[in-house]
Amino acid sequence: MSSVTSESAPPRPSGGTPRPYRFPSFETRILANGLRLIVAPAHAYPVVTTLAVIEAGATRDPRNREGLAQLTTRALLEGTRDMDALALTMRLESLGTTLDTGADWDSAIVQLTALSSRIDDALSVLAEVLQRPAFPEHELERLRAERLADLAQLRSEPRGLADVYFSRLLYDGASRFARMAGGDEASVVRLTREAAQQFHAAYFQPNATALMIVGDITIERAVELANLHFGAWDGAAPPVTEPPASQRHLDRRVHLINKAGASQSEIRVGHVALPRLHDDYFPMVVMNAILGGLFSSRLNLNLRERHAYTYGAHSAFDWRRAASPFEISTAVETAVTADALREIMAEFAQIREQAVSETELSLAVSYLMGVFPIRFETTAEVAGGLANVEIFRLPSNYFDTYRERIAAVTTADVLRVAQTHLDPSRLQAVICGDAEAIRESVDALGIGPITIHEPAATEDAAALVGS
Amino acid sequence: MNIPVKSFQLPNGLHVVLSEDHTAPIVAVNLWYHVGSANERPERTGFAHLFEHMLFQGSANVGANEHFELVQRAGGTLNGSTWLDRTNYYETVPSHQLALALWLEADRMARLLPAMTQQKLDTQRDVVKNERRWSVDNQPYGTWWERLPALVFPDTHPFHHSLIGSMEHLDDASLDDVADFFRTYYTPDNAVLTIAGDFSHDEAVRLVTELFGAIPRGSGRPPLASMDVPPTFGGTERVVVTDAVALPRLFVGCRTPVFGTDGYYAASLLSAVLGLRTGARLEQSLVRRQRIASQASAFTYDLAKGSDVLVIDATAHPGITPEQLEAAVLAELDAVHRDGVTDAEVARARALIETSFVMSLQSAAERADQLSRFATYFGDATLVNTQVARYRAVTTADVCALARERLGPDNRAILLYVPAEVPAEDASVEVAA
Repeated sequence: MSSVTSESAPPRPSGGTPRPYRFPSFETRILANGLRLIVAPAHAYPVVTTLAVIEAGATRDPRNREGLAQLTTRALLEGTRDMDALALTMRLESLGTTLDTGADWDSAIVQLTALSSRIDDALSVLAEVLQRPAFPEHELERLRAERLADLAQLRSEPRGLADVYFSRLLYDGASRFARMAGGDEASVVRLTREAAQQFHAAYFQPNATALMIVGDITIERAVELANLHFGAWDGAAPPVTEPPASQRHLDRRVHLINKAGASQSEIRVGHVALPRLHDDYFPMVVMNAILGGLFSSRLNLNLRERHAYTYGAHSAFDWRRAASPFEISTAVETAVTADALREIMAEFAQIREQAVSETELSLAVSYLMGVFPIRFETTAEVAGGLANVEIFRLPSNYFDTYRERIAAVTTADVLRVAQTHLDPSRLQAVICGDAEAIRESVDALGIGPITIHEPAATEDAAALVGS
Repeated sequence: MNIPVKSFQLPNGLHVVLSEDHTAPIVAVNLWYHVGSANERPERTGFAHLFEHMLFQGSANVGANEHFELVQRAGGTLNGSTWLDRTNYYETVPSHQLALALWLEADRMARLLPAMTQQKLDTQRDVVKNERRWSVDNQPYGTWWERLPALVFPDTHPFHHSLIGSMEHLDDASLDDVADFFRTYYTPDNAVLTIAGDFSHDEAVRLVTELFGAIPRGSGRPPLASMDVPPTFGGTERVVVTDAVALPRLFVGCRTPVFGTDGYYAASLLSAVLGLRTGARLEQSLVRRQRIASQASAFTYDLAKGSDVLVIDATAHPGITPEQLEAAVLAELDAVHRDGVTDAEVARARALIETSFVMSLQSAAERADQLSRFATYFGDATLVNTQVARYRAVTTADVCALARERLGPDNRAILLYVPAEVPAEDASVEVAA
């Protein structure tokens, strides 16, 4: 069919004048015990999200007890001094309240969302689980077994295997980041009740906790409730020490994680890069958007729309306080694995060789600026944004200056940070796929020496264990 | 909680729903076309979804790949999705870009075909085949998406076949198919357009009329093949799949009343009692007390035609056999079927569903999609504001009656995944009636 421009179609609109938007205003108070309270009133909906961020992330796990932070955080819901697991669940859920827990590298998060009429009760329960968890052995045993079940599932899941092996092979063996955040078969069995109690006693303290309260509540009421439920919390956590985060192999390597007969190869290519708090953060965000962060990025247009190798390709920094991984990620049909890998290497090189076009820059900048209000529609999203300010120790005016910092990035900035922080000599390529089918063609690319790993060998318990 | 709703219809049949909210300077545009995999010819499974991909490849006044770029350049998010009986397209943009979002939707509703080429079709076909590999073929248990509907709905039923389609049928899709499908289903009288967020009513009406008003009405879509199915299977259907999975996993599907009926709200509460979040029956019994399952949950598909499906999904604990898992899950269903549920369980389920619903409505995109949904299925977008009341009207006795009627052994489709002894290159399937 020929392309026809219709005369009857109205002309393409050029967009009106942007309406002003400001990230919700918030106030910070510090209680006498060191607890940081951040309150952002928002009365559009009768909902309040309360989010506690605790300096108790997976980087605090003792060596060989990897997974302790995650287990301890999950176990907060398994009973307190005054309520067993079932009573706690019923107290929350019969009011329609959801309480979710998790631990990432840098922090543990306990998040609760309730209708605003229930906020007093909700905060009372939150205070109880943070301050007086009971860690019943019976429930810990169940949590350990659930983690082992997850690990069993991981062995047959190509996406998960690619992710696990990527981290493991990227970071030096001595780094916490080389081992899974949730622990492996060897460490999980060492996550005892005593270990959980000690971890909680050491790190779950008011001077290591920030409480975000966002939604249909006044600042006065939030402060009143925080003092009521958290004021008597007493104790101090030691200062945070950042773990080593150096790269394992400083030359280019290729790792094939074998899954015989796989119809696709899960590809991860990258290296250890910047920590989150860095002067080049904003140019790197813009650079990443252009390279692989948008649908119209170089990687996605190349691998998906031009070559149809994949359903999607993208790149990202997996930000943490320490040196964070830069990672290109895609899943491609097995037969085109080497072709896709060649294109990935080419795009990685190209963005360092030549400045991006003004068109590409303006797309990334206008997207990042325009989408800003859409990121913060819900109380949970606002609370999450405030949590990031706390975790990464960003300035309190971070969101107020975000858009102008993005707007200030130039094509020269993008080129400079790509040349400075993207390092082709250290790239690691991890591919979970049919090793027999892809080995030869991947080898012919000459990226680096190839190692083949066999995670399906069930006798080899060490396969998923970091060495 | 009341969402403001105003509706009108253009002379060409386009149903328009407007919902103003000036909390943030953003606006969500949402279009539901009342077509899905159910409308596909039997030899073209996956076509509705492949067609959805083509909608993003440009139109008479939009170049290849320009659609995504224009919306993202405007600071917007966007996507689309294909379901059994509808396909939706949605974007959320800063409010001063409303005209652009509407213009893009109008151009592809009116003038898609001039931009359709063989090369674009071939590319998207390969993209979709990779999507199939990624979500179904190379993902443990991925085939449940296809196997469960195939068990629940008979061979000739429009909901029986695979939503993502087979590789062979995708290969057969042609440009003529694209043109036919477009002319038949992508017409204003087969669509609902919703705008939710920061806009002025008069401006929106003017824009919609100007951009969509001249698009001709369709010539009527062919009726779907009969959607009727008996309320129960009349027995237990059972399929066992041996595959490259680590742990046994069981799906049980029960036919339940369609979305919008009184029986649906009872079934929805029942699924929450059984398997929503931690306090649910299956989690407490199978995961915590008996330690037979490592996860257990339940949900409904929320289908508005033919029959809905209530699904139980449970994965075995390591060391538990498939037989033990199945016996334990069915024992729970037998117990609910026989003895019903308690007031406390229903109150908990209702509270969780209500809070979740209110929370989700904070998002303009979610409001817009819900409004399109009620307008499409029932011709009345204001029904979104009756949902809380519908749930509150259900009694414990209603839920027990629904369980008695639909959770028995005469209404179960069982799909059981069993780990292969050696890594299997092809899954083997054993069917037992």
